Amino acid sequence: MTTVADQPSTTAVKPASMAQALQRALRDALAADPAVHVMGEDVGALGGVFRITDGLAKEFGEDRCTDTPLAEAGILGAAVGMAMYGLRPVVEMQFDAFAYPAFEQLISHVARMRNRTKGAMPLPITIRVPYGGGIGGVEHHSDSSEAYYMATPGLHVVTPATVADAYGLLRASIASDDPVVFLEPKRLYWSKDSWNPDAPSTVEPIGRAVVRRTGRSATLITYGPSVPVCMEAAEAAREEGWDLEVVDLRSLVPFDDATVCESVRRTGRAVVVHESGGFGGPGSEIAARVTERCFHHLQAPVLRVAGFDIPYPPPMLERHHLPGVDRILDAVARLQWEGDS
Amino acid sequence: MKNHSPVMEQRGTLSPSPPPAWTPRTDPAPLLPDPRPYRVLGTDAAEKADPALLLELYDQLVRGRRYNAQATALTRQGRLAVYPSSTGQEACEVAAALALEERDWLFPSYRDTLAAVARGLEPVQALTLLRGDWHTGYDPHEHRIAPLCTPLATQLPHAVGLAHAARLKGDDVVALAMVGDGGTSEGDFHEALNFAAVWQAPVVFLVQNNGFAISVPLAKQTAAPSLAHKAVGYGMPGRLVDGNDAAAVYEVIGDAVRHARAGGGPTLVEAVTYRIEAHTNADDATRYRGAGEVEAWRAHDPITLLERELTERGLLDDARRQSAYDAAEALAAELRDRMNEEPVLDPMDLFTHVYAEQTTQLREQAAQLRAELEAEAER
Ligand SMILES: Cc1ncc(C[n+]2csc(CCOP(=O)(O)OP(=O)(O)O)c2C)c(N)n1
Ligand SMILES: [Mg+2]
Repeated sequence: MTTVADQPSTTAVKPASMAQALQRALRDALAADPAVHVMGEDVGALGGVFRITDGLAKEFGEDRCTDTPLAEAGILGAAVGMAMYGLRPVVEMQFDAFAYPAFEQLISHVARMRNRTKGAMPLPITIRVPYGGGIGGVEHHSDSSEAYYMATPGLHVVTPATVADAYGLLRASIASDDPVVFLEPKRLYWSKDSWNPDAPSTVEPIGRAVVRRTGRSATLITYGPSVPVCMEAAEAAREEGWDLEVVDLRSLVPFDDATVCESVRRTGRAVVVHESGGFGGPGSEIAARVTERCFHHLQAPVLRVAGFDIPYPPPMLERHHLPGVDRILDAVARLQWEGDS
Repeated sequence: MKNHSPVMEQRGTLSPSPPPAWTPRTDPAPLLPDPRPYRVLGTDAAEKADPALLLELYDQLVRGRRYNAQATALTRQGRLAVYPSSTGQEACEVAAALALEERDWLFPSYRDTLAAVARGLEPVQALTLLRGDWHTGYDPHEHRIAPLCTPLATQLPHAVGLAHAARLKGDDVVALAMVGDGGTSEGDFHEALNFAAVWQAPVVFLVQNNGFAISVPLAKQTAAPSLAHKAVGYGMPGRLVDGNDAAAVYEVIGDAVRHARAGGGPTLVEAVTYRIEAHTNADDATRYRGAGEVEAWRAHDPITLLERELTERGLLDDARRQSAYDAAEALAAELRDRMNEEPVLDPMDLFTHVYAEQTTQLREQAAQLRAELEAEAER
């Protein structure tokens, strides 16, 4: 489905941060459905280390917003049991790299339970994971772990890039009867957009990409924290005479082939941009899919601008690792423009 | 020679405030297990045991033993891919099932198909995983039996979460989670017990200490005084029971279930038993244990123990014994017949239950397989 992102237009529109929108989504979900339970480390009195659960324990009680013991496998494993009994747990992992202890529960149970039981036991669990770099975090606080999740059948993998999507996609994830890994780009937590919290955007269906910026020369395919970087790159590209389209995937699983391919067939060129490492990263899959489906429309190979294939660097070096505007424009320049009219 | 460093001497001149008073949160004494496994059969306690219960346990043990033998035979006939037998451990399997109310939940491991069958699950459904026609062959909600779990100890946090959810909803439901001695070394065992105790969740953890994790004996698994002792560290009671004494296991689990239901929180039960067969039909136990050890445990067989008790009390004559064995034989015959039927497989099921709604990707892959199947059918 190709649509230019809606701009909220009511009078109560004010600048709001992604963190506020996420908090509001949790609050509205808790209020709307007594089965929803928020749980994790420090989500109670503190409101989470990023304050996304701020005030929820006070408003809904500690049984609905629970400080758990400090054990990620235990948290997710308990959430599985709660979901088996009809609850809708929303689990907060404190940071990307601290979700790893829960991988066995995630891969061996959360992702498989519906399949294992031929649909008798779906697990409507939302796992919120703050992810990605660019916040000056020390080791283990900046990983882009999406490729691990994408490689696990049975999970949905969703990541917002705007304030409105943060609300809409989180509500949709909590409402989903399938487990959703909800990746929150932590460097966008404090980014502000015009947004009306009293008339939040309609709940976005999971699995639809959106064209953030239309263009004719080439398509930048991206998601989460790299969306604003690509928007900036697209602005800068105008000086070079390139009119770039930016597709925000919003959901890595399910993958919206239709929107991506419609764009690439139109522009004939594509660059995939993400922070995660390139080798075996999401861009490998995306480039392959686009090539398989759009080969005869392509004027150049699909290129990838990704993080280097290194353990996430220390904060004082991370700017060299993260895909920036220049690196994106360099890639665009390599899209075989010679002979183009 | 100086006794004190200059720093120490200096410290003496300071007047630090004393630390805030510290008291242990829980008195460990009532949580500690009696180090002698609790027994009923052959003791004075047996006098008090209800004859009807003992006879029901007996019927179930005999049935369970026959079920194990039949399932193992089915592996030899290629009707089961693999079977981890609970021969020798039937008392634990049966008591676990009987000690629960209908509304309770059972969380079995791969070795616990017998517990599931004793709880009322159809044997063929219980064995679906091991036949290999699907993973879980039943709707877990129907008998409140979670899927048989293979990754060790990972089902334990599920039991805790389910019990916690039930309590939040105001239902007096108890979850019984089963795990082996080897599984107690896993991190999920620790996390589950800790969560259960912190939340005071109505869960009973039943560890069947059958001496081995495949080939590795318990001594290489833990240095704890007993597995039941581990409970104390979490602030829950630990109970040690003779796992071959069906009446004792039934009583200990029953007490723990009632304690949990009444709001008393979780209990860890260690049942000391022995795995008479190899780990599975694919294992060779002669590589890691001697025949003498197995024979010693055969002398402490759960059926023999109960039979002796029943006979001494005049509750079991030849006719009654025969009726138990006849019923077991009927179960085995039915199992044989049912397992000799070819399972009905639909390859398209591979794509049906991955997500609530099929993704484009899976629709494409399903179409590919459908085309392959059609081509195959035409050949
Ligand atoms: C996480 C995990 N690691 C390894 C295995 C392979 N495995 C299957 S059974 C088993 C031994 C388990 O021993 P124990 O917990 O004592 O249970 P028992 O088989 O004796 O009933 C092992 C190592 C597994 N199933 N899961
Ligand atoms: Mg064992």
